[in-house]
Amino acid sequence: MENLFVNMASGMRSLLASAGLPDAATNFVLMFLKLGAILVYILISALWLVYMERKVSAYMQCRIGPNRVGPLGLLQTTADIGKLISKEFIIPRCADKKLFLLGPILIFMPPLAVFAVAPFGKDMVAIDMNIGVYYFLAVASLSTVIVWMAGWASNNKYSLIGGMRVVAQMVSYEMPLILSIVGVIILTGTLNMSEIIRAQEDVWFIFLQPLGFLIYLIAGVAETNRAPFDLVEGESEIICGPFTEYSGMGFAMFFLAEYANVVLVSVMAVTLFFGGWHAPLGLTFIPSWIWFLLKVYGMIFLFMWFRWTYPRIRVDQLMEFGWKVLVPLSIANIFVTGIGKYLYQTIRW
Amino acid sequence: MENIYSLIAFVLLSGLVLGSALLVVTLKNLVHSVLWLIVTFIGVAGVFLLLRADFVAAVQVLVYAGAVCIMIAFGVMLVQRTEMAGSNPVNWRFKIAAPLVGGLFIVIGLLTAKAQWVVSGKEVPTQTVENLAPILLQDFVIPFEVAAILLTVALTGALVLVKEVKANGDRS
Repeated sequence: MENLFVNMASGMRSLLASAGLPDAATNFVLMFLKLGAILVYILISALWLVYMERKVSAYMQCRIGPNRVGPLGLLQTTADIGKLISKEFIIPRCADKKLFLLGPILIFMPPLAVFAVAPFGKDMVAIDMNIGVYYFLAVASLSTVIVWMAGWASNNKYSLIGGMRVVAQMVSYEMPLILSIVGVIILTGTLNMSEIIRAQEDVWFIFLQPLGFLIYLIAGVAETNRAPFDLVEGESEIICGPFTEYSGMGFAMFFLAEYANVVLVSVMAVTLFFGGWHAPLGLTFIPSWIWFLLKVYGMIFLFMWFRWTYPRIRVDQLMEFGWKVLVPLSIANIFVTGIGKYLYQTIRW
Repeated sequence: MENIYSLIAFVLLSGLVLGSALLVVTLKNLVHSVLWLIVTFIGVAGVFLLLRADFVAAVQVLVYAGAVCIMIAFGVMLVQRTEMAGSNPVNWRFKIAAPLVGGLFIVIGLLTAKAQWVVSGKEVPTQTVENLAPILLQDFVIPFEVAAILLTVALTGALVLVKEVKANGDRS
């Protein structure tokens, strides 16, 4: 069980090698399969997370939630997507047609590209990149441009306001997000995600970096544009912001990409602060990848809990909180972590 | 270039970079120009990757391509037109610019052709970040910090200028 996927990969490799393929071609096919598997996982995960969100919100509001389509309503979101596919995709007359169409096409690209470096279990990382964490930050920042582009191309005032809010929110929250991760990087001295997880074998970094985790969590919620930081969509203010003009599958792509981003932020949180695939309390009989997914879905539940508990905050409150509270706190966190590591190294206590 | 594949990749990437850069200057719509600028930056990041400078490539994506959207936001706010078509007009003073740029191009080309290129026979380091850190924060820490202070001063100066304009605007 532990090495299920690793064995599958090595079995595939020996099969391809025995079929007489050269090494480069084997590597290419294997990489293609790995990335394809991640793609399928993300798409299915996004689909079921919509169901999970609806169930969680329902129970928090003393309702039952979707329960008609399929057993326990499990096929509800599949039916929803089927409905959205069959709907007409309307392009407004005054919209910038090419950019309007590019938005939903490109929106899945950054989260999918980042998942290539996510370590899903022991020895289960598609590309073991030397600068994994930095790559995550760099590529994830591109999704802002795509959302802004969709908002601008719609040629609708609500969409443009939403697009501007995306940019403003990104500027305020990218900084604390990056700075909160620096503490972990100081402790491990590496940007490689697998090595960061390996360094957490004895103690998870949430215990060494509680402040860093808190800042990461807040900035992460803002990064995924979810309540209480869902100013970008703000249904009651700017009717879904950049997505107002999108119908049918175009809307569905943005909708599902939000959940892909939630998975992404949770995967990073688990990797950086919750020991990745390390089993807690020595419960190693459960395979590492199951532990990893359990932790990820625990984090996602936390995000959903936030969404259905807190009210939306105002734009000026968001900016003030980002710049005047989170940024100084995260810089202080880096300072304390640096001094702590130096003291630890000099006195070896 | 080590082999035919990297040569093909280099030709494709340079075509992408030059083509999209040309579109940035020629397109009439400011927003389209800026979006093509992102393609240019990502192409440059690809060239860095080809040279196995993965950290610099990631910096290129984060700092340039990622920050472009801030530039767009300012562009849209400052242009203040209801119609964005024609917001990026062609500057027709190219009679002055063309000889200057052409001369500069020829000088650079001549120097590049004349220069003695020292090719290091060493292996490309697999860990690029670890070597960067001591260079930036030990050997060249003072120039690095001076550059940081310079940027901060420029930023603060821009803020002061903007604030002054606003105060004058309020009075009038």
